[in-house]
Amino acid sequence: MSPVIIIVLKRLGLGLLTLFAISILIFFAVEMLPGDIAQAVLGQGATEENLAALREKLGLDQPAPVRYLQWLSGALVGDFGTSLVSGERVSEAISGRFTNTLFLAAYAAVIAVPVAIILGIIVALLRETLFDRVSNILALTAISSPEFFLGYILILVFAVNMGAFPAIARLSGDLSFLELLHRTFLPALTMVLVVVAHMMRMTRAAIINLLASPYIEMARLKGAPPWKVIVHHALPNAWAPIINVVALNLAYLVTGVVLVEVVFVYPGIGQLLVDAVSKRDFPIVQACCLIFAATFILLNLAADVGAILTNPRLRHPK
Amino acid sequence: MPSKKKEVLLRIEDLRIEGFSNETWIEIVHGVNLTLHRGEVLGLIGESGAGKSTIGLAAMGFARDGCRISGGSVEFDGMELTTTPQSALRALRGSRIAYVAQSAAASFNPAHKIIDQHTEAPLHYRIKKRLEAQEDAMELYERLRLPNPGEIGFRYPHQVSGGQLQRAMTAMAMACRPDLIIFDEPTTALDVTTQIEVLAAIRDIVEQFDTAAIYITHDLAVVAQMADKIKVLLKGHEVEEAATESMLDSPKEDYTKSLWAVRSFRREQKSPPGDDAVPVISVQGIDAAYGDAKVLEDVSFAVHAGMTVAVVGESGSGKSTAARCITGLLPPLTGQILFNGTPLPPRYRDRTKEQLRQAQMIYQMADTALNPKVRISDIIGRPAEFYGGLKGAKLKNRVDELLDLIELEPSKFYHRYPPELSGGQKQRIGIARALAAEPAFIICDEVTSALDQLVAEGILKLLDRLQDELNLAYMFITHDLATVRAIADHVVVMQKGRVVEQGPKTEMFTPPHHPYTDLLLSSVPEMDPNWLTTLLEERGVDNIGEAAKV
Repeated sequence: MSPVIIIVLKRLGLGLLTLFAISILIFFAVEMLPGDIAQAVLGQGATEENLAALREKLGLDQPAPVRYLQWLSGALVGDFGTSLVSGERVSEAISGRFTNTLFLAAYAAVIAVPVAIILGIIVALLRETLFDRVSNILALTAISSPEFFLGYILILVFAVNMGAFPAIARLSGDLSFLELLHRTFLPALTMVLVVVAHMMRMTRAAIINLLASPYIEMARLKGAPPWKVIVHHALPNAWAPIINVVALNLAYLVTGVVLVEVVFVYPGIGQLLVDAVSKRDFPIVQACCLIFAATFILLNLAADVGAILTNPRLRHPK
Repeated sequence: MPSKKKEVLLRIEDLRIEGFSNETWIEIVHGVNLTLHRGEVLGLIGESGAGKSTIGLAAMGFARDGCRISGGSVEFDGMELTTTPQSALRALRGSRIAYVAQSAAASFNPAHKIIDQHTEAPLHYRIKKRLEAQEDAMELYERLRLPNPGEIGFRYPHQVSGGQLQRAMTAMAMACRPDLIIFDEPTTALDVTTQIEVLAAIRDIVEQFDTAAIYITHDLAVVAQMADKIKVLLKGHEVEEAATESMLDSPKEDYTKSLWAVRSFRREQKSPPGDDAVPVISVQGIDAAYGDAKVLEDVSFAVHAGMTVAVVGESGSGKSTAARCITGLLPPLTGQILFNGTPLPPRYRDRTKEQLRQAQMIYQMADTALNPKVRISDIIGRPAEFYGGLKGAKLKNRVDELLDLIELEPSKFYHRYPPELSGGQKQRIGIARALAAEPAFIICDEVTSALDQLVAEGILKLLDRLQDELNLAYMFITHDLATVRAIADHVVVMQKGRVVEQGPKTEMFTPPHHPYTDLLLSSVPEMDPNWLTTLLEERGVDNIGEAAKV
């Protein structure tokens, strides 16, 4: 087997191990939430009998490790139990919401990743110029503003003043794909603004980091023009750190969008999670957290593989 | 070869270059003149900091970041480079003036195939189509006697050895058949045996295409083989310039004479110890491996008190691995290491503090072996405190004593940090740190190879004096036979993890030799300008590549 495949399989195995460890953490973290679940579900007026009946029905009378194993064996086959509030199956409650979140993340990523990398290359090329400084300031501004603030600004400008895009991204009935893109443009743009800066700065740093290398000087002494030095000679060696920061930001697009979803009333998984926490709907909380963890692990795995594939020493062993 | 009738290709007049440091521009090249005719090879020689590379790059109209050409003129084939705009300068680089860097391994882009880097300039200048350029590359590879010239270019740089890469880089410089090539220490990073192949290849190809060259090096013997004339530089000033032969025979300036004299330091060989003498360190039949790769096989030698054992061999021959076994960093698979007759535990973790104290190391790169954020007093004081239990005033006295011992003024150096020191001073601190533990045995791993010759000689003399005063046993790892000649008592020659020959120095330097020892010895460049030619004739010019692989 080629060494690359072995490395990938090793990483995959480690990823699964990490996911397992995280499932333990999630389960027992939810266990530690203050208050009694039955009490929270039934409210103040519940009688002792009602509470006891519900506890038994939910299996809360059993010890925690037993319930963890039951939950884990269910989760392995995609059965996360039923919602305590609506009685709906958790997998059904989540799947639609998760698809929405993935759609929004993909929308933002398709814009953000190319823009960030191309901008990063341009500022690396024009380093120490006015353009570099201005983009630096704008990037830092975007990074340091909270996303709900950015969201409201965008609503003010594009929805209220210009009326070009809807302020609320509620999804209803059958929208055509173009309508969908139009309706979700503002939340996607908010997320683009949040992640572009980070990826752009990293691309710039990764490239500039290499500019002192002897092979870059060699390229210059062979008469290569500046853009070629950056794109052809520096960039191929800078992929590993860039891919890592892209993966990190993609993960953020999936898991860190709660505030954006709330601002734009977008039916994603983040809102579902917030609702579930406030209602003590712990099967949904656990399932959401597990999905988030899996997303992080998968994207980091993809970043590792990407970094390996761009390293000629690993791709072409001696 | 000296070609007075040929036209002038490059004329540098009163060249001044400034470097930016501590917020100001400081002049580092102070008005250098240079004239080069077509097809002529000029050797630029000097110690580090002489401005050789800076001048070489200025001949391409190029200044590194943090440097600028501040005065004078650089006229290349009638074109004044100091006033030419960047875009026009770029058009010269790679096409009419090419550059060969010191480390080919670092100067080839790891992300692209060798041949793609070779064809980059011809394609960029639209001199050739891709296939033509590739064919031409293969032809050049063949002329430079690279193995598998049709295939080697399609490998990535990390898949090719250092000597081959250096030749591939020379081929790359030839890609557009430039008028001038700047060779910046192209063989400094190579073993002597590999160096010969590269030197011969460079000389041949420069002659074949009648290319002019500036050959930068700090090695006189190398430049004597390559250059028609030699210019000696010191701290950005020109010392003198003359045709190679007259420069070698009758240098005029004192500085040049001192460079020539460097190789004269030679210590008399001490009389070998008696048969019943117990060696300080005795390595007995050790095998060692990194993972599955066996790197040492049945290595045995002994080091006696007050004596120096030089371990020589090419890179990869197992010299440093043997040192790692002695220090316990790499436990040997079989065999044992005795200290004063008692076996040492194979792992350093299992050794007592006293055993650890007795064997110390001095490293090749003093730059990286000293923590830049720690004061000299602490660097030297730490082992004295750790092994000797010294504290307070006693510790300070000991550090002062050690600084005196390495000939550095204690009051000046006590509070300083490594980055404020010169290369030679740093290496002295490395020596003091080893001495602070009061060891009986010191491993010197290529301690002079990163230093200029004059500085290196100072270090060798210091080590020699310390050995006499403290009765130290040295294991001296080196690939430089001049150093071996200077200080060794006993020589161990290693190749591919085995000891091929060992014996007292006088015996080792007198024939008959083991063929590998012979190859190593005959590969050391000599001051005679005809040395390379004669040697190649002896070995048979057509198979120098083979000769070096015997």
